[in-house]
Amino acid sequence: MSSARSEAASGASRSSGLLDWIDARFPLSKMLKEHATEYYAAKNFNVWYVFGVLAMVVLIIQLLTGIFLTMSYKPSAEDAFASVEYIMRDVEWGWLIRYIHSTGASAFFIVVYLHMFRGMMYGSYKAPRELLWIIGMLIYLALMAEAFMGYLLPWGQMSYWGAQVIVSLFGAVPAVGDALVEWIRGDYFISDITLNRFFALHVIAVPLALVMLVVMHILALHETGSLGPDGIEIKQNKGPDGIPLDGVAFHPYLTSKDLVAIVVFLILFSAVVFFAPEMGGYFLEHANFEPANRLKTPEHIAPVWYFTPFYAILRAVPSKGLGALLMGLAIVALFLLPWLDRCKVKSIRYRGWIFKVALMLFAISFLALGYLGLQPATEPVFVYAARIFTALYFAFFLFMPVYTRLEKTKPVPERVVYHG
Amino acid sequence: MFNKMISPRSSLLAMAAVVMLLPVTGFAAGAGAVLQPANNDLSNLPSLQRGARNFVNYCMGCHSAKYVRYNRLGADLSISDDQMINNLMFAAEKTTETMTVAMPADDAARWFGQAPPDLSLVARSLGTDHIYTFLRTFYVEEGSPTGANNLVLANASMPNVLWSLQGEQRLVVETDAEGHKNSRLELVSPGSLSPEEFDQFVRDIVNFLDYVGEPMQLERQRLGGWVIAFLLVFGVFAYLLKEEIWTDIEK
Amino acid sequence: MSDESGLSRRRFLTAATTVVGVTGAAFTAVPFVASWKPSARAKALGASIQVDISKLETGAMLRVEWRGRPVWVLRRSPEMLARMESSPADLSDPDSVESEQPSYAQNQTRSVQPEVLVVVGTCTHLGCAPIERFDVAPEDLGPDWAGGFYCPCHGSKFDLAGRVYAGVPAPTNLPIPPYRYIDDNLLIIGDDTGAAA
Repeated sequence: MSSARSEAASGASRSSGLLDWIDARFPLSKMLKEHATEYYAAKNFNVWYVFGVLAMVVLIIQLLTGIFLTMSYKPSAEDAFASVEYIMRDVEWGWLIRYIHSTGASAFFIVVYLHMFRGMMYGSYKAPRELLWIIGMLIYLALMAEAFMGYLLPWGQMSYWGAQVIVSLFGAVPAVGDALVEWIRGDYFISDITLNRFFALHVIAVPLALVMLVVMHILALHETGSLGPDGIEIKQNKGPDGIPLDGVAFHPYLTSKDLVAIVVFLILFSAVVFFAPEMGGYFLEHANFEPANRLKTPEHIAPVWYFTPFYAILRAVPSKGLGALLMGLAIVALFLLPWLDRCKVKSIRYRGWIFKVALMLFAISFLALGYLGLQPATEPVFVYAARIFTALYFAFFLFMPVYTRLEKTKPVPERVVYHG
Repeated sequence: MFNKMISPRSSLLAMAAVVMLLPVTGFAAGAGAVLQPANNDLSNLPSLQRGARNFVNYCMGCHSAKYVRYNRLGADLSISDDQMINNLMFAAEKTTETMTVAMPADDAARWFGQAPPDLSLVARSLGTDHIYTFLRTFYVEEGSPTGANNLVLANASMPNVLWSLQGEQRLVVETDAEGHKNSRLELVSPGSLSPEEFDQFVRDIVNFLDYVGEPMQLERQRLGGWVIAFLLVFGVFAYLLKEEIWTDIEK
Repeated sequence: MSDESGLSRRRFLTAATTVVGVTGAAFTAVPFVASWKPSARAKALGASIQVDISKLETGAMLRVEWRGRPVWVLRRSPEMLARMESSPADLSDPDSVESEQPSYAQNQTRSVQPEVLVVVGTCTHLGCAPIERFDVAPEDLGPDWAGGFYCPCHGSKFDLAGRVYAGVPAPTNLPIPPYRYIDDNLLIIGDDTGAAA
């Protein structure tokens, strides 16, 4: 966080020797320049632009606490539940490490959903950033896999029955469905074998993929450049020194801004960890404090909140195959966004009312589906509501090539604009 | 600083509006009984100590709390080793042991139809109000296997172990003028404790179970205050630094 | 920021934020580092053990495990004790000055009760388990052997009080764990609260 210029001036003679030595062997200074001190982004980033760095912070938190949890956790049907309680009670500070990890899971989805919504508002997915968006979507997929498999590990009732329901979904695949489900479980039911392989994937395979994807995401971002809320390519307006006129260096300007955001985030995060780690049953479900019992289904199974929009779509359709298909399509549709949106203007600031309304309806549908996914499946009102919002969700994508062409856009300014 | 950053304010407001519609997921209450608030207080040490005694004497015949160590209990609830060994440790030899019961699970399952569950986490899975109401709403029902039934958990396989303290309750079903059926419990023969004393007795058990479910609860909150206070200080410095650095940039 | 006061303000804020941040990181590290300490369960399992020596015959040895280490309880016969005294071997630390034992076991027999030796059966050289050789002057150990423990790994020798011979690789005597007697036949290994210091 230090001011690079003054540092370099004062301690130049001594440190430059070592730095030169390293630079001759590893592009340290070059990388710092390219990705920090001489990486320029639009200077009018608003609060929506902090969720990327926050996602990174949560990733680091999850990796760190996760590593420490594996030191005391036992991935076996016999011991898993007890080993979590062992962490909570017998391991010194184990409870804190576990609560940070369980809260981190939900925090990850909160910041990633907001990050994705930012991208949709300001057209961050549009050419030439299609690949950046797709890598981001792959991160989101990996995150869902990571969360789903991690949720089995405490081996509570919700762990067990949640896994049971989601794994059964693969049975909807035509022809090979049942064989596929058996293959995923490695047994005839969710068992010790399933738990063990989910553990391996949760602690090694998926995190590895996540970290690599995040690196690719950042490289792709720094290749195309950060867009900013006006949707203007700042590289097109360079000063005589070759620096974008509307750009600020990532370090120290955005790092100092991000640090403030990180601290604000950590305050909210700590409030949950220390004062409401269960978050009223949303972050840690009550029924998961009962050990898994494969002979007794809990009265009401709801997935953890971050999966509920898709769960609601699944339940809205009275056919297993079609429900699973729609659920899959709901995610696939997001991948296609760069090609569905035909509007030339990127940022919502200069787009027509049609897109604003469409995006609003989409956001409302997503939240409403999330709410409905938590409700018992018995109420017909909820079922019909879920169908309406599912239709709205898909309409957003389905008709996008049409309504984005009809949009009446405002002129996009040359230079960035601050909104009061 | 944030107000000028939130640009599509309307969309954020809409999202907030939907989020506020989310209810807090409640604990599942069975059989339609209205749960009464337990109003237990984790910082009430005498209540926790009484709760530990009540639990050992009335619950631990069948139920374990197998994740709880006696020595942790002693340290947290200010119970000395001697008091612990003489008053609470009927099923253990060393204070480092956990609160297990001698009854084999198979036998228990045969006697009660199902093994009495471990209660280490019952306050977290069912909630304190549930336990409080459950323990107070047993009523006499001739012909049931245990001679009793319960408003919270119908046909509970657990007998009313506290009946000598509470006395005998009977279910009274009344039909009011509009034809609605209302059921309430009536104390037909008093127990050794008055209703107020009995409520406190149960509240102490619930308090103890609440503690046992998450022994570090109070410590967690205490620490949380410090952590957030520290972060606020850090935030002030970080904010001032950011403002200072951004004086370079013209708007 | 070109003026001097702005620069010093920036330096101060940078330094202050760094100090607070590093302090926070240090505090954050505490729970993670501390989580490696023996857990409550490890402490419970590593707590004291009770040993009943009522059936331990004279000249016989009992092996128990305490904190993952073999602990030997040997009831020495009067002859054994007499031999230790009458024909002292060439010991490197006969008074246990350099060795590990509770103060109440720092005596000639290295024990609370003279007959009963309680000792950790791990060679102080490289952690092998010595074997008991209570026979006197056997062929392989020579005519001077008055009974004791012999480490097969590197030939360290210890007498019947676990004291190390001179000229062998092991540096110190076999360690004595903390222990106390509840009564004549019951001892607690690993806990000596209330024992005579």
